[in-house]
Amino acid sequence: MADETPKAAQLLAKINYTPQAKQWMDVPVQIRKGMYCYAGNPKSLEYLGFPNARQWNPVEEDWKLPENWQQILHEGFKERLERFRSIKVFMDICVRCGACADKCHFFIGTGDPKNMPVLRAELLRSIYRNDFTTAGKLFGKLAGARPMTLEVLKEWWYYLFQCTECRRCSLFCPYGIDTAEITIFGRELLNLLGLNIDWIATPAANCYRTGNHLGIQPHAFKDMIDFFCDDIETITGLKPEPNFNMKGADILFVTPSGDVFADPGTYTCMGYIMLFHYLKEKYGLKVTWSTYASEGGNFGFFTSHETMKRLNAKMYLEAKRLGVKWILGGECGHMWRVIHQYMDTMNGPADFLQEPVNPITGTKFENAKSTKMVHIAEFLADLIKHGKLDLKPERNDNKILTFHDSCNTSRGMGMFDEPRYVIQNVANHFYEMPANTIREQTFCCGSGSGLNAGENMEQRMAGGLPRANAVKYVHEKFGVNMLACVCAIDRAALPPLMQYWVPEVQVTGLTELVANALVLPEEQERTTDLRGEPLPGMEEADE
Amino acid sequence: MGLIEQLALQKQTIVHKWFARVIASYPAETARFLSSQKDPFANPVGQTTRQSLTTLIELLTSTPDAAAMRAALDPVMRIRAVQSFSPAQAMGFVFELKAIIRQELPAKELTLAQWATMEQRIDQMALEAFDLYMQCREKIYELKANEMKDRTYKAFAKAGLIKEPADE
Repeated sequence: MADETPKAAQLLAKINYTPQAKQWMDVPVQIRKGMYCYAGNPKSLEYLGFPNARQWNPVEEDWKLPENWQQILHEGFKERLERFRSIKVFMDICVRCGACADKCHFFIGTGDPKNMPVLRAELLRSIYRNDFTTAGKLFGKLAGARPMTLEVLKEWWYYLFQCTECRRCSLFCPYGIDTAEITIFGRELLNLLGLNIDWIATPAANCYRTGNHLGIQPHAFKDMIDFFCDDIETITGLKPEPNFNMKGADILFVTPSGDVFADPGTYTCMGYIMLFHYLKEKYGLKVTWSTYASEGGNFGFFTSHETMKRLNAKMYLEAKRLGVKWILGGECGHMWRVIHQYMDTMNGPADFLQEPVNPITGTKFENAKSTKMVHIAEFLADLIKHGKLDLKPERNDNKILTFHDSCNTSRGMGMFDEPRYVIQNVANHFYEMPANTIREQTFCCGSGSGLNAGENMEQRMAGGLPRANAVKYVHEKFGVNMLACVCAIDRAALPPLMQYWVPEVQVTGLTELVANALVLPEEQERTTDLRGEPLPGMEEADE
Repeated sequence: MGLIEQLALQKQTIVHKWFARVIASYPAETARFLSSQKDPFANPVGQTTRQSLTTLIELLTSTPDAAAMRAALDPVMRIRAVQSFSPAQAMGFVFELKAIIRQELPAKELTLAQWATMEQRIDQMALEAFDLYMQCREKIYELKANEMKDRTYKAFAKAGLIKEPADE
């Protein structure tokens, strides 16, 4: 008994860096700093009418849940199984073939097996089996079932907010299971207990109250756009006069507020203003902005179907009030998934609008026949195809470009070629990333679906690794120095991602590139681009 | 034959074993994927790690070059700095190389002086790895701080709410 204290050497010899091989159900969840977002502000939850609004902290033991929280979840689960046929099917048909397992950017980047889409879905399926299937009730763990405990709930919360609903995994599922819908469903259940994150809850509440994520009021929204007009005057010598809330305009323009308030999206916003100015001067087209429908983004999509519907309703309401012909949408990701897949049945039919026709070219946008809403990349590609824009692509010659397909515009609405066509007509140096990282196989920025907060930076950097890895490749091979995208969250999320993984690469929106190349009628000779950087060949003129 | 020459001969085996040890620091399901998927875009963690380790072994067998060693370590440390490793776990793989080399190269044929040189080089590698790990972590904190600063300050500035002191 004299010598029980182990020696240092003995202890060192016992260190084993290999994690124990355990069944996934036996590995307890560890909520790690940097991998989660702060809890939702109770005021925002109250504003949205969500239950159990209170201060709570994910890393504390007590999550301040209602006493009957298990019953609430069970009933919420049951109600949704009856309401959404897709969820019922997705719960039943997975054969765990593993085709999705290694397709998720969070799994690839973090190496955490519970980020395999199949396992993330199993977190919910195990409870489904336990509560709703005979086999699960009889055989329990043997049948892959387990009861709902606080530990399981924490695991749900941690991993359902490590999915960006990008749907890359569903592309590879032989049964077509949409894991994004499973996450949407799971998050909806969590909202029944007031378990949201602030980066989603507060923008959603702001949107509902003032019309946009930051809660900027109508006059400040207009002020911001006026500031951009001043900047445009400095660069081009011309001061555009955008229309606001204009009744009888041809087109209502709706874009995410990120373009108005966050760099580098602001340059894309200047691009929209310049484009509309050009179209007004040349062709008399009347496009109006709205201070009511001042947000294209829809963080309600990340909370519940009802909240998504309420936030989305503003677009059609405003289009009706202003009496426009159709709606043009700016560069956004999830806004387009909501428009393309839900808006028509959720808030439509928009029979008070016309089937979209480009009044300048006569092109019918057949794909938008029902929603009456056209993507700006489609609109631009059509204008360019018909030679309606006066362009000087050489003004973008210092930019060696590649294009990041936003998950929602590519997998969510099938838009692949229009942005590429536009880029290749407004710039001379364009290189694609490897085929298994673009188009329908595009890798997410790692910060979508409301995860682009600051406190979860490790999560964002790990999740964005597969995307950054492909950018690094084209940077090293072709000297790419500019990553173009058509999504406001991308424009907010990709710059820090690049700073960490490929610091030599900057991020731009599509319309910013167009506006750099666009020659406005009677403009002065430009010496800088929209960012105030000298144009190629103008380095001395700028000094 | 000196240690360096022997190491050069055994290069492939050593890289193979070292890679297996590094990959074993991940959970079993992940480790299988990291070692089997060969496409560098489908499996950036596995393939970047393999590439980094291969270059590092090559560097051990050539004239010491701190900058090259740093460049080879950077990609793998950059990845491990954002994954769920403690600092020791993130860079511990460098020290594991000592045990692997001892196993692979018959010790009796080597002189103490040769071992000392080799250990010194590996220790140097560990110090570089530690520097890189810290740089990555500092970068993460800088990005976090900038996110917060940009969001509030720039929005206020654009709304004309921030007044700079006027020039006298």
